[in-house]
Amino acid sequence: MIVNFITALGARVTRPILSLGICFRFFLDILARSSVVFKRPRLVIEQIHFIGNYSLIIIAVSGLFVGFVLGLQGYYTLTRYGSEEALGVMVALGLVRELGPVVTALLFAGRAGTSITAEIGLMKAGEQIAAIEVMGINPLRRIVVPRFWGGVIAMPILALIFSAVGIIGGWLVAVVLIGVDGGSFWSQMQSAVDIRDDILAGFIKSVVFGLAVMLVSVYEGWMSRPTPEGVARATTRTVVVSSLLVLALDFLLTAVMFGG
Amino acid sequence: MTAESRHSSPPVIRFADVTLGYDTRVILRDLNLEVYKGEVVALIGGSGSGKTTLLRAATGQIRAQKGTVTVFDHDVNRTTPQQLGAVRRRMGVLFQQGALFTDLSVFGNVAFPLRELSKDSEAVILEKVLDKLDQVGLKRAAHLSVSEISGGMARRVALARAIVLEPEIILFDEPFAGLDPISLGMTARLIRSLTDKLGCATVLITHDLEESFLIADQVYMVGDGSLVVSGTPDEVRQSDNSLARQFLKGASSGPVVFEYPPSDDFDRWLSRHREGVK
Amino acid sequence: MSKKTDFLVGLFVLLGILAAVFMMLQAGNLRTFSIGQTYHVTGKFENIGALKVRSPVKSNGVVVGRVSSIDFDNKVFKAVVGMDIEDGYQFPEDSSASIMTSGLLGEQYVGLTPGAEEKNLADNSEIIYTQSAVVLEELISKFLFSKAESEGSSASGGGGAGQQQSAPALTPPASAPAPVQ
Repeated sequence: MIVNFITALGARVTRPILSLGICFRFFLDILARSSVVFKRPRLVIEQIHFIGNYSLIIIAVSGLFVGFVLGLQGYYTLTRYGSEEALGVMVALGLVRELGPVVTALLFAGRAGTSITAEIGLMKAGEQIAAIEVMGINPLRRIVVPRFWGGVIAMPILALIFSAVGIIGGWLVAVVLIGVDGGSFWSQMQSAVDIRDDILAGFIKSVVFGLAVMLVSVYEGWMSRPTPEGVARATTRTVVVSSLLVLALDFLLTAVMFGG
Repeated sequence: MTAESRHSSPPVIRFADVTLGYDTRVILRDLNLEVYKGEVVALIGGSGSGKTTLLRAATGQIRAQKGTVTVFDHDVNRTTPQQLGAVRRRMGVLFQQGALFTDLSVFGNVAFPLRELSKDSEAVILEKVLDKLDQVGLKRAAHLSVSEISGGMARRVALARAIVLEPEIILFDEPFAGLDPISLGMTARLIRSLTDKLGCATVLITHDLEESFLIADQVYMVGDGSLVVSGTPDEVRQSDNSLARQFLKGASSGPVVFEYPPSDDFDRWLSRHREGVK
Repeated sequence: MSKKTDFLVGLFVLLGILAAVFMMLQAGNLRTFSIGQTYHVTGKFENIGALKVRSPVKSNGVVVGRVSSIDFDNKVFKAVVGMDIEDGYQFPEDSSASIMTSGLLGEQYVGLTPGAEEKNLADNSEIIYTQSAVVLEELISKFLFSKAESEGSSASGGGGAGQQQSAPALTPPASAPAPVQ
């Protein structure tokens, strides 16, 4: 019985590691077939439309509200030290460095990631993938690769929009609503936010997050079991795994980029 | 089709001593069959006898455990992926459930192979697609989405999609299942006329004897894990083979087992279940 | 239909670009982002305090350049600060550089005070006259040391007068016991 227990324990450890290996191989397969992006850009453009344009509203609205909250909370905290003019700095840096890339990635995983997982999973279940295969068309190239790169392209753009809208939201609350001095709001921000160290770093973060979320989404969809429960479980896993991965990567990237 | 014309050109599909199965389960063994250009081959067998497995072996979707499967002189199990792709593009396949692309319209589905694999302009594609849809009687349904058509109509659309490139081999997995008598007859006639017109090789997987026997040139019957009988429809109808006779008569008891065989797993499950119900 | 998709995706990408430009202009330091030509000077300091790379180099409060490198000279045991100054701003050879703090506890920068020489600082030359950063601890210890010094000198002069000297000038409360005379 102890042998069974140890075997089961071993299986629990080896299974995720095995998935990791399969996932990495899958990623390499996707990269190998990515020439379709240049040969048939229309496919990628369509995916950017489905993934990016349709996420625009939720990202913009969320960005606005996060900006509002940053402005408000920041004001309450900073007035205690008499440093309200630093509010612009706080809002901008908070968004550009962290909240923009991270919150966008989490929302993206929930909205776009799950829909791609479900789409690919259901195509597999309905034999659509098999139908494409026997037509002599490679389903990875035709279905998976355009969605992968469409998402990777859309994600940083959404993060930029999130941060920009958030900064405007923070300005609305701080300057228009509360009455913090508009001039010092912007000028302090401008001297504190560096294009290379802050804006570019945040952009790089969002690209990395995009890659991670999209890889998890297409992988879960591709490997899902062709049943309704299989697809449902795969979409749940997409959200959970992507979110955890984004947060872990955020810690890593923050330490590397903003430390030292 | 006379016996001579059967052998006037090499077979486009050839199974030589093929054993098929999944992991440890063997489904069919010692399969030997040939399909020639211009002929309709009917593959008959009971449910679970491995007919779909045979189709999957012909497209290269599963590997033969033993023996060779040759399509257009290429061994589908040992050829490169590019070669396999080239071979597949000369085949059309109709899946049992249709396997239509749910995000496209009826027109989009039938146009898909043309848009992906041919360089035809949109105008030419429009004509070709409407022509094929017309042959299955659904030309005026081209604008509908897949969710708006019935199952039988979906299968006809899938048929149109399978033939739109006018391939050299067409494989039909249960094309008659669930069709009303009118559509059934129409589909059977369509299959026959297509084969004659295009000169392609057609493989029909079915358990509908009447219609298929009417249009088939050659019949292969599988049962009990292997090939039972083969020949022209008349030859098969007069066969002495007991499995064949049982299938033709539709008897539920005989060499082909209707009942699921007994197993220890079932006995254990039943006793456990009975304990729980008490 | 595909034209509409193309257009919308183009709009989407455009929005992203607009967001990026907005942030760079309004939120970031694009205005002070010098991609222009610069020349390089160095200065040796005893103590650079909290100066960082990319800290501003200012003269009369206006940013004229950025700190590009901070190294340590192991032979003379001084910090070597490298600065990139914009070509448009030339300074005489005898200009001085000191490390200052903006505000009381703000960030530190290099302040350049122009000298009187006719010749200007050349590319890759060194600023001779430097003044290190004022470090808070040194200030406090200096204060304590000077206080102790003045106490010590008056102690050798006369008794507890030193104590009186160090006592505040306020009159002690009447109820409190009188201090040692």
